[in-house]
Amino acid sequence: MTVTSDLGNEWQLTPPLSTRLRGMFGATVKAAKRDIVLGVSISLLLLGLFLAVFGPTLARTDYERTDPVNRMLPPSAEHWFGTDNWGRDVFDRTIVGTRLSFLVGFSVTLISTVIGVAIALVISYFRILDAIMMRFVDGFLAFPTILLALALISLIGPSIGNVIIALSITATAGKIRLVRGAVLSLRESTYVEAARAVGVPVPRILMLHVLPNIVSIIIVQATFTLASAILAEASLSFLGAGVPEYVPSWGNIIATGQGYIQVGFHISFFPGLFLTVTVLAVVLIGDSIRDHLDPKLRGRLKTTTH
Amino acid sequence: MSYSPAATDNSVPILKVRELKVHFPVKRGLIFQRTVGVVKAVDGVDIEIKHGETLGLVGESGSGKTTLGRAVLRLNDTSGGSISYSGQDVLALRGGEMRRLRKNIGMVFQDPYGSLNPRMTVGNIVAEPMLVHKIFDNKLAIRNRVMELFDTVGLNRSMASRYPHEFSGGQRQRVGIARALASGPNILICDEPVSALDVSIQAQIISLFDRLKLEQQLTYLFIAHDLSVVRHVSDVVAVMYLGKIVEQGNADDIYRSPQHPYTQALLSAVPIPDPAVERKRSRTVLKGDIPSPLNPPSGCVFSPRCPIAEDRCFVEAPMSRTLSDGRRAACHKV
Amino acid sequence: MTEALLTVENLHTQFRTEGGVVQAVDDVSFNIQAGETFALVGESGCGKSVTALSIMGLIPNPPGEITSGSIEFDGVDLLQVSSTEMRSIRGSKIGMIFQEPMSSLNPVLTIESQLAEPLKIHIGLSSAAANDRAQELIDMVGIPDSKTRLKQYPHELSGGQRQRIMIAMAMACTPRLLIADEATTALDVTIQAQILDLMQEVTEKSGAALLIITHNLGIVARYADRVAVMYAGKLREVGDASDIYAASQHPYTVGLLRSVPRLDSEKGTPLSPIGGEIPDLTNLPGGCAFNPRCQWAVDRCSIEEPELIEIAQGKQVACFEHASVSLSV
Repeated sequence: MTVTSDLGNEWQLTPPLSTRLRGMFGATVKAAKRDIVLGVSISLLLLGLFLAVFGPTLARTDYERTDPVNRMLPPSAEHWFGTDNWGRDVFDRTIVGTRLSFLVGFSVTLISTVIGVAIALVISYFRILDAIMMRFVDGFLAFPTILLALALISLIGPSIGNVIIALSITATAGKIRLVRGAVLSLRESTYVEAARAVGVPVPRILMLHVLPNIVSIIIVQATFTLASAILAEASLSFLGAGVPEYVPSWGNIIATGQGYIQVGFHISFFPGLFLTVTVLAVVLIGDSIRDHLDPKLRGRLKTTTH
Repeated sequence: MSYSPAATDNSVPILKVRELKVHFPVKRGLIFQRTVGVVKAVDGVDIEIKHGETLGLVGESGSGKTTLGRAVLRLNDTSGGSISYSGQDVLALRGGEMRRLRKNIGMVFQDPYGSLNPRMTVGNIVAEPMLVHKIFDNKLAIRNRVMELFDTVGLNRSMASRYPHEFSGGQRQRVGIARALASGPNILICDEPVSALDVSIQAQIISLFDRLKLEQQLTYLFIAHDLSVVRHVSDVVAVMYLGKIVEQGNADDIYRSPQHPYTQALLSAVPIPDPAVERKRSRTVLKGDIPSPLNPPSGCVFSPRCPIAEDRCFVEAPMSRTLSDGRRAACHKV
Repeated sequence: MTEALLTVENLHTQFRTEGGVVQAVDDVSFNIQAGETFALVGESGCGKSVTALSIMGLIPNPPGEITSGSIEFDGVDLLQVSSTEMRSIRGSKIGMIFQEPMSSLNPVLTIESQLAEPLKIHIGLSSAAANDRAQELIDMVGIPDSKTRLKQYPHELSGGQRQRIMIAMAMACTPRLLIADEATTALDVTIQAQILDLMQEVTEKSGAALLIITHNLGIVARYADRVAVMYAGKLREVGDASDIYAASQHPYTVGLLRSVPRLDSEKGTPLSPIGGEIPDLTNLPGGCAFNPRCQWAVDRCSIEEPELIEIAQGKQVACFEHASVSLSV
């Protein structure tokens, strides 16, 4: 077997966290330099973050004020992405909307992934807890996401924070079901049994033997959650359960443009493009993280580049 | 070595299993589960291993040999009987005590591919038992011990930072053995440790077991279906069939003159790699299949296939009796 | 010697893999006489199964390909015939049994229909006649209660019985050659003995030749008339079984024989394993592929590849040092 790895790099028992973090950062930069797709994806996501932070200060017009005279203009030098049915500049609204869409998308993804994975890991080891929890999850999953989120928001009131909470709860239920299945099948694997046989306590088994081996499933699911959360926010706002229509978010703009798709294709198109590119970037980055975390694939990446 | 407790009295068994039963209920139904049957994987088994001795546990598929090995480590639940490890009641252990038991009894698994976590470097895999049992208080000591263990099992020290997929089957099995040795156990349970390996690699691993036994005074429970391998490693042999031990005793005696008809048939089924010997051998070829453990035959479990069975064998299960040379056999006609 | 039933000459089979082109079978030549039992022995990756698949015309292409050589069976070059002809030869003149019978049996068809099918196609029997013959075959392979068994599905049978069904299917059209590729590896020893005895019995009765492919030296000793030992895609030693076991002259065969524990050896006899690892086919050592693990290796072995040469009547060895190699050292 041809082995590429590092003879000079001596084996160490769990190096300090700072070293590992630095290693991770260095590896990311190196990987991004080598892999154009990954480099572009990271750049795009960084650009998105930049817009999310500075979007409102970059806007050249008052993106909330209506201007009936200039409504439904196609893209031009003055209005790069055209104007919408109220005459508002779509370019400005799109870049300003980045903040809300990123906030909802990433918060929901992060919250639901962390909580969902944690619950799934714990219940998979306690049979009674598992039985109870899974009935709840089944109940949640029986309803469409939007309907459930609407019900929750009508309970706690419409606001962006509550949209995040409502969407996180429904996303978490899906995560629990998915991760629990993976954990249950992994638990039967010989290496988990071997860990039990040498006396490894359950929490350590979960963190070191189970979790790292389901990372790829979690990442794939997270990228999916991100996209659907951004869209769900739009649906909620459209139904009046999120932010008001005049506050821009990608979802909001797409929803607005939906009614004019025949006459003003550009209204939905540009925020839709932003959404697609963001999701694509996240998927590609997720893919690359997954490959990097898998020692088998990592080895192959090294051999192909040498 | 500070971590190896010295239980060196050779006359007292270090591991004693009495009347052990492991029964698995077979359930049907999705919500209202009902038990439709019981698989008696291990059904009233007695074994004893003395310190420094190797007990070879042989049997075909469904005999319960693997279940027995796992039960000793409490990896599956038992339904009756007792297990004692140097005087300690294994089945009464709880939580932390049970994990301490697993420090003293190591296990080597059959599948060299599945038994190592693909996301951990082999160095970390070998270090893990020392970490969880807090055998050393500093990382350098653990590191040195891992390196020592690599030497012991014949792995190159520089390979410690690699991942399991970079190793061949034989090397992985060496990693598995190093992990089993890491906590300084007295007993090693080896569950078919060489059956997944190629012939030339099998011999390397068996020789490693031979050497470890001499160097570290290890006690083995060696589970295998390959009678030639068991012959080579064992001092005492126990032959299992459908959850019961049919014959047990000194390995030389059993291989020279098997008493139980199943042992006889099993031994004669194994071909000897020498045409000159092979063509002169008289063989008994058993008829029929191994019955399903879900629905074992009444009377003696071996009766439907037994070439010398008589009427009472189909009705009455034979008790295990001690024969003149000290071995035990469960057959009416011995 | 009579005319050979099967003559394999200079067979080369390669596979394209991620690591490059692998020569799985590298210049293999041997022959099988009518009615004899021939064993192809070796460890994983040595090319023994690929040789069998090449004979059967079952090499998946891509990634595999037979690049050169000839396989003459019963006067026909199997590498020249059309795939239709090959299919008919496979069903009627050469039978094959694999390690995992479940993958060769159709789970949704009864045993009867699976047994009767080839009889209708290859021999042209009527349905009724084919069903009668199916029952005869089941009786022949020693499955009790044949009437009910015929109506059952594969999953209702035990591993040993499935392998008996495979033998019945392979023997259905009375082939001239039966190939058993690790056919008993997954079975328990007592069942293994039954199945091998059965294979020997049915081939002896019908006069068919039997090609056993295995890693188990005990099985070879018990059943084979002649043996070919393979290592890293090449034949290393060919000869009569009794001669190979008593006086092998290839270091690899010697190493294998010394490294298997024997049932009849004295307690405490140390094993002498072959050191090192089985080489990766994408990265073979230069010269003789066995030289890094060989105790008789000389300088020449790492540079030059030894040819398989006939050193005595019916005995071929591929080793420069064969004269000094022996089991008793």
